Amino acid sequence: MSRFALLFAAALALVAGPAAAERIAIVGGTVITMGPEGKLDTGTVLLDGDRIEAVRAGDAAPDGYRVVDAHGKIVTPGIFAANTALGAVEVSLEESTRDTGVSKEAPFSAAFDISYGINPRASAIPVSRIEGITRAAVVPGGRDHLFSGYGALIHLGDAKDIVTHPRAFAVASLGASGAARVGGARGAAVVYFVNAMRDADRYARMRNKNDFKGLVLSALDAEALGPVMRGEVPLLITANRASDITQILKLRREMPKLRIAIVGAEEGWMVADDLAAAKVPVIVHPFQNLPGDFSRLAATQANAARLAAAGVAVTIADESSDGHNPRLVLQYAGNAVANGMKWEDAFAAITINPARLYGVADEVGSLERGKTADVVVWDGDPLEVMSSPDAVFIRGEAIPLVSRQTKLRDRYKDLKGKTPFAYRK
Amino acid sequence: MTTHRGAALAGIALSAILAASGMPARAADEGTPYPSTYHPLPSVPTAITNAVILDGRGGRIDGGTLVMRDGKVVALGTDVAIPEDATVVDAKGRWVTPGIIDVHSHLGVYPSPGLRAHSDGNEATAPNTAEVWAEHSVWPQDPGFIRALAGGITAMQILPGSANLFGGRSVVLKNVPARTVQGKKFPGAPYGLKMACGENPKRVYGSKGRAPSTRMGNFAGYRAAWIKAADYKRQWEEYEAKKAKGGEEAEKAKPPKRDLELETLKGVLDGKIRVQMHCYRGDEMAQVIDMSKEFGYHVAAFHHAVEAYKVADLLAENGICAAMWADWWGFKLEAYDGIRENIPFVDQAGACAIVHSDSEIGIQRLNQEAAKALADARKAGLAITKAHAWTWLSYNPAKALGIEGKTGSLEPGKNADVVLWSGDPFSVYTKADEVFIDGALIWDRKDPAHQPVSDFELGQPGEGDVK
Repeated sequence: MSRFALLFAAALALVAGPAAAERIAIVGGTVITMGPEGKLDTGTVLLDGDRIEAVRAGDAAPDGYRVVDAHGKIVTPGIFAANTALGAVEVSLEESTRDTGVSKEAPFSAAFDISYGINPRASAIPVSRIEGITRAAVVPGGRDHLFSGYGALIHLGDAKDIVTHPRAFAVASLGASGAARVGGARGAAVVYFVNAMRDADRYARMRNKNDFKGLVLSALDAEALGPVMRGEVPLLITANRASDITQILKLRREMPKLRIAIVGAEEGWMVADDLAAAKVPVIVHPFQNLPGDFSRLAATQANAARLAAAGVAVTIADESSDGHNPRLVLQYAGNAVANGMKWEDAFAAITINPARLYGVADEVGSLERGKTADVVVWDGDPLEVMSSPDAVFIRGEAIPLVSRQTKLRDRYKDLKGKTPFAYRK
Repeated sequence: MTTHRGAALAGIALSAILAASGMPARAADEGTPYPSTYHPLPSVPTAITNAVILDGRGGRIDGGTLVMRDGKVVALGTDVAIPEDATVVDAKGRWVTPGIIDVHSHLGVYPSPGLRAHSDGNEATAPNTAEVWAEHSVWPQDPGFIRALAGGITAMQILPGSANLFGGRSVVLKNVPARTVQGKKFPGAPYGLKMACGENPKRVYGSKGRAPSTRMGNFAGYRAAWIKAADYKRQWEEYEAKKAKGGEEAEKAKPPKRDLELETLKGVLDGKIRVQMHCYRGDEMAQVIDMSKEFGYHVAAFHHAVEAYKVADLLAENGICAAMWADWWGFKLEAYDGIRENIPFVDQAGACAIVHSDSEIGIQRLNQEAAKALADARKAGLAITKAHAWTWLSYNPAKALGIEGKTGSLEPGKNADVVLWSGDPFSVYTKADEVFIDGALIWDRKDPAHQPVSDFELGQPGEGDVK
């Protein structure tokens, strides 16, 4: 991340303000840290303000802490939803509520910055956080350009500004989707991609930026791709066919600074060794097992398991950014386990792995001293479809388990009640 | 006369043989020009023992035995004699349920791969296309059918899409591999008529600058069509009454001109074709119920029904099912008020609750959708058993399709459409080990010999892989 972005993030954190400095002891649960301390059969997590103060074995509650009894429960880091449109859309089909990407006519695309449109009061945020989602990547979803722009990282707490890392990563499409966007063929999309990187490089080196004339990019987009080209931020590239992934790995050898992650990767298992050797992480959706087009004939629910077994850093999420049901990543991960993935790998795929992929593993993704206090207390195995959170803490704050949906539920729970519906609040 | 009686006897004997062998009587589809040619695959008498059995009507048997023979359920219980010739499957630690029935699928009409050439689900060229039949679009080689089979789906309704006020006829299929759609058709299953409320028709046609462009335009379109259909029905009834009288008038009587569109709508007014209506908002469902009374028909089920929980009492009073997702919401404004307790709230109001997919992905794990709904029900304080929740997956959908006399529950004499699960099917980690349709083993998770591969996937990357 550029120095500017870091400073900006720090400034934002100040604007958002620290969480109320409450000290909380979550006591006696089975603690799955996803960090060096592994799993504690009976453990205690201490929160001091917005930080994790300690994770330790046993169920002794120290003085001066509000105690949350977690005996018989599972305590984990908050879930990181790695491919969402949270806060950037209210109703998908209503364009006026959608701030997810640039339109076809826009004169730029790589410079698009989703962070400006994120609404911390979007209804999907409480809906998601009461199911244990505490962090999310908000991913541009434009459909018409090879580069879709910059995504942001958010927390799902209650705050005036929830963007923790604007411009944290960029997004591009190759393979069938790239071909559909640029030039109508893979051979065109790759040429465009390579020359866009050349443009970004040339732009960065130019003294007089006003003289810039890009091979494929405008000055604005060429400037925007600078951090991508220099490897300061990861670039998510959508691709599914095994041969497309091979091609991307080749590009990466030619441009070794690029920090890429592949999204989709439905045939990724066929080139899992190459992905592992190149240390390229993937974002996969374990449900995808149909030949939706000729780019994913070999799709299988075993993809995530095979990739993880080969040593690829696997993140589990939707394939295209989802504005309403990122909460389902837990079910996706559970299904990955049902299809051969180790439980620990599947849980890493929705916690520490996305944190690493997006470069924020020093802040979130596991229960470790000094990290942000995003903690969930579950009533059972979090990957089970019948489990749900009993308590959610984001930046040390206990989240009320209330959303617009729970309010509608409570309003209509008793159809025979005497109070007219509109007066039930 | 003798020959006549002989033929009749032969007919009876033949149907008796067919029934005994579990083969469908062709007569069930009499009068339809595209009759089912389905025949059950070969089966052996099978006893599944030591299982947790959910019967699909709310009953549960622990340590139970299920016996299947000649395509039918013969017996189930804890004290069941195992026939000497039965193949015995020890299901210790495993669960047995009726096969899942999805009332809302577009498999075959929007098949994989989802290419332009395969886009056969919406005849979006006029708001009323009651004349089209989904079966004429179904591509039986859709790999999605086999994926659904691995998820325990034994029957499904294939619907036209929801672009139109009247989308066309649905078809009910058995989830067996076949070369033709006729080979998959569920013998004797009534047809459905797909209708759609709300945003889709008004968006599709409004954007073309024609009616309907509003919800009131939608209703005007429905009502105008029902008026025409009522008139068509009257013409046919007059004609048939004349024919029935006999004599000179009967000989002179001319039949009204056949009209495919009105034939389907008349089928609804005659109570022979079941209305399956895409409808999200509760207030719209209430209006549709009034319309059904205005024209004298019955709605079998509201599909998607994201706001069914707001009018669950009305659904119960009127005997209408709601087919729902567990947790989809927000993708369009009429889906904005989705809640996770929709399915159990409809159930608790005494209405017929159904878990449906509308998705080639979702159809593969409807048991998990039911599990989520059940968990949310319990958190909301409703005491619902897993055995009861299974009614959302098999018996209630069978009821909505009018095939509950044949399938949807494990009862002696009914079709042996059965799933043997690797464990508790309300767990994310459980898979369908074996799937039986009419007593024949159609899918075995551990035996590639019982794992069909569609023509499309043959010889392609990933052929024969676990999917």
